[in-house]
Amino acid sequence: MRQDFIVFMVVSIAVFTSVLTRAQMKPWNNSGLTGPQAGPSAPAPRRDLSGTWDAGAGGIQPTGHVAAPFSARGEQMARANKPGNGTRIVSVSDDNDPLSTLGDPTGFPRIVLYELRPFQIVQTTNQVLMLYMFEKRWRVIWTDGRALPNDPDPRWYGYSVGRWVDDYTLVVQTVGTDDRTWLDNAGNPHSNSLRTEERYHRVNRETMELTITLDDPLVYTKPWMPLDKLSIRLMPSGTDLMEMIPSASEAAAYRRVIASQAKPQ
Amino acid sequence: MQKMFLGVLIAAVGVLLVSVPLIAHHGAAGLDTGKEVTMKGTVTEWIWSNPHCFLQFDAKDDTGTVRNWAVETQNPTTMTQRGWSRTLFKVGDEVTVTIEPAKNGQPIGRILNVVLANGQKLVAATATTPEPAR
Repeated sequence: MRQDFIVFMVVSIAVFTSVLTRAQMKPWNNSGLTGPQAGPSAPAPRRDLSGTWDAGAGGIQPTGHVAAPFSARGEQMARANKPGNGTRIVSVSDDNDPLSTLGDPTGFPRIVLYELRPFQIVQTTNQVLMLYMFEKRWRVIWTDGRALPNDPDPRWYGYSVGRWVDDYTLVVQTVGTDDRTWLDNAGNPHSNSLRTEERYHRVNRETMELTITLDDPLVYTKPWMPLDKLSIRLMPSGTDLMEMIPSASEAAAYRRVIASQAKPQ
Repeated sequence: MQKMFLGVLIAAVGVLLVSVPLIAHHGAAGLDTGKEVTMKGTVTEWIWSNPHCFLQFDAKDDTGTVRNWAVETQNPTTMTQRGWSRTLFKVGDEVTVTIEPAKNGQPIGRILNVVLANGQKLVAATATTPEPAR
């Protein structure tokens, strides 16, 4: 009986590992990493976040985040957002999420606070580029020492600058993010005055941790951290990723075929 | 030996399934949570899209009336990780579909699993745990 159990466990692990390996080695259209991290890693390279990274299940963040208390204005903004998930969930027929019902851009910081699927980091002499699988968007983070703009025209993805605070930690500041976007899938709002800080800390060659702090005094009574050391793993070099683009036409088809029929009676 | 092999496969699939969140774009509001309905039907359309893939099929309900059902899964990225694909269904395929139906009685819902004509079973999700009565 004990021998049968040992054989069962050994075979289980072998099957599981082989499934993982095959999933990571497709030449095209990989969906992301699944399963636990394998084995010890090498030391982190200095001032280098290059590579394709995946937060796995931890990046999906389907129910959104528990925010800091709202200001009066924040409460008003939150009431206008009717999310399909989270603590203020409504029926899918009443969902007014601009991303999933209209095909509006996800925007920043929602692109790291919802469906953070695999993303590639590319470093140039004066930029860090983030290339996201979700929505196939990119962000430019300037690392040439320039100051953030003062009261700029809002952009869906804001204005970002970054600096290394040590050889393994890049800190990014972003301002000027358009208040038409939601913060997350729970419909938490933000204003155009939101300041977002991301800290990318490379722990070792295979692992990075992401911490995000939001500061938006018009909407929230204090700064808060929707992500605290989210673990992100390096994918094999040369990984081709699936497209994952929530198009307006697909959003409309879903509303027509399913969401419109889901109204409670 | 055969039972052990089946146990291994179930364990491998189970671990892969629970490693990915079950509900992303929207939660269970509107679904008859905890209820499962199984129907045999004929595929009329399979849409591989964001935020949800959805399968449309004709099936008889318990009154004998044929209705066209539209039932959803998660997005293509998540479904790929569960072994589904854009080419999984063709119009005319005979399928057995187990769903979590909508509370309002409309022919819509969330797919829990599908059994193809060749006997292959694909899992999309597990049933939502109902909220406890207050």
